[in-house]
Amino acid sequence: MYGAVIAFKDFNPATGILKSSWVGFENFRSFFGSVFFGRLIKNTLLISLYSLLWGFPAPILLALLLNEVKKEKFKRSVQTITYLPHFVSLVVICGMLIDFTSTEGVINDIVEAFGGERTNYLMRPESFRTIYVASGIWQGIGWGSIIYLASMTNIDPQLYEAAIIDGAGRWKQTLHITLPGIAPTIVILLILRLGGLMSVGFEKIILLYNPTTMETADVISSYVYRRGLLDFDYSFSAAVGLFNSVINFILILLANRFSRELSETSLW
Amino acid sequence: MVIKKTIGEKIFTVINIILLVALSVTCLYPMLHVLFSSVSDPIELMKHQGIMLRPLGFTINGYKLVFQNPNISNGYLNTIFYVGVGTLINIFMTSIGAYVLSRKNVLWKNLMTFIITFTMFFGGGLIPFYLLVKKLGMMDTRWAIIIPGAISTYNLFVMRTSFAGIPVSLEESAKIDGANDFTVLFRIILPLSKAVLAVMALFYAVGHWNAWFNAMIFLRNRKLYPLQVILREILISNDMQTMGNVESLVEGSVEANADVVYFSRILVQYCTIVVATAPILFLYPFIQKYFVKGVMIGSLKE
Repeated sequence: MYGAVIAFKDFNPATGILKSSWVGFENFRSFFGSVFFGRLIKNTLLISLYSLLWGFPAPILLALLLNEVKKEKFKRSVQTITYLPHFVSLVVICGMLIDFTSTEGVINDIVEAFGGERTNYLMRPESFRTIYVASGIWQGIGWGSIIYLASMTNIDPQLYEAAIIDGAGRWKQTLHITLPGIAPTIVILLILRLGGLMSVGFEKIILLYNPTTMETADVISSYVYRRGLLDFDYSFSAAVGLFNSVINFILILLANRFSRELSETSLW
Repeated sequence: MVIKKTIGEKIFTVINIILLVALSVTCLYPMLHVLFSSVSDPIELMKHQGIMLRPLGFTINGYKLVFQNPNISNGYLNTIFYVGVGTLINIFMTSIGAYVLSRKNVLWKNLMTFIITFTMFFGGGLIPFYLLVKKLGMMDTRWAIIIPGAISTYNLFVMRTSFAGIPVSLEESAKIDGANDFTVLFRIILPLSKAVLAVMALFYAVGHWNAWFNAMIFLRNRKLYPLQVILREILISNDMQTMGNVESLVEGSVEANADVVYFSRILVQYCTIVVATAPILFLYPFIQKYFVKGVMIGSLKE
């Protein structure tokens, strides 16, 4: 973490960190002033928000549906199959995405069968977020549901028995027993997600984006990677990275404080 | 107890099952599509459109090319090395760290715990990390893949919690018998923590298997590349050189043209995906329960 001081310097690898000259907040200023600043913040936030909006409830929904299944064998098969994509490596997932969304790919075959036009989806800036978020859900929905299913097993069965005697149907049981039962887990995971609102990982982005989609696909972390490791602009990209880290840190502190006041559940 | 089923509940059960089956099909189909395509005739593949329910024609030429490809076999060996040695180092480092943090009377324990927790929520960033590894002289060596991620903070805390659950009296009686800390750790704590060790080893191993980014930025020497970096060249960058001689698949064919070559390339890409993913998917049913256990151990921490 000491290396982060280069954000305040004009770092030159030949002279080393100590001997490089101080420039104060110059690097930060030039980032805030650059044309990329607004675009990067917007892309990062939008990708995060869409992932949160669609991706966060999805595993909860799956867990609730699975919880209603009475046939153990069927339940276990669905679980095994939906956990599977979690173990496929990101490179392979992205390779499959590139192929399926290409003009000759299977998604276009289906679109055409319904009367649509063939396009290369990864070349269209407006599709990038959808592809990113949808594939994220595809990969994570099963794995994400494990934790909710686990917390459902901790709910006292007597509660359900009492509810049945009181005449509650399955919908009422879900609403008044299961959901409140897993609420603390939901809150904890939501805090973690909110704390990571400004941190979209670069790995999947740099595997999927290309110059045509950069206007919607480029996020802070992928920009840091490009400026720092491809253009060797160390100090500038370290400043961008540090700015991002500080924002993330503040966000997680805020989310934690907020949840402690609201529901007495917190990370620390 | 007899529970009467209302019509509404019956309808719900049916819809629920349909939804879950649909989801399972969605999760499974892309992989089947790749598997079927990988043994299909490229010319049939070109003519075909839409969902594929069985292979079109049959050829194993794609696989022949993949198995003859030195890039892939070399990447495979490297990955096995990184998974094996890397996971051993992970487990060793994480357990000695977790041991110290789990013991009671340790000097500056709270300070250490705080500093380590802090790194979970705040990091210096990618560039300082890159420069650090470079400065340590690990560029272009296998160490760059193994050392920087030797301890995952999250796993460290999971392990610490599990170690802390072991009764102190066991440790005390061993100490009275003259055991030092290493004996306590290796002869008492670790044998009692086999379940958590297995889970940690699995998480680390899968992480190594799937890792590509560090290898991409730290390695120049192609001989050290793990499989995922080779995969990236084949699947993402469409690198014909890494793929091997794709044209040989359609040589002598009457219909050999640019389109056929394009589909032969897809065939080779699909074969590569199958070869690179099969080991994990084969092992998966056997180790699934450990993974699920791992998620539970993590969730108990809160």
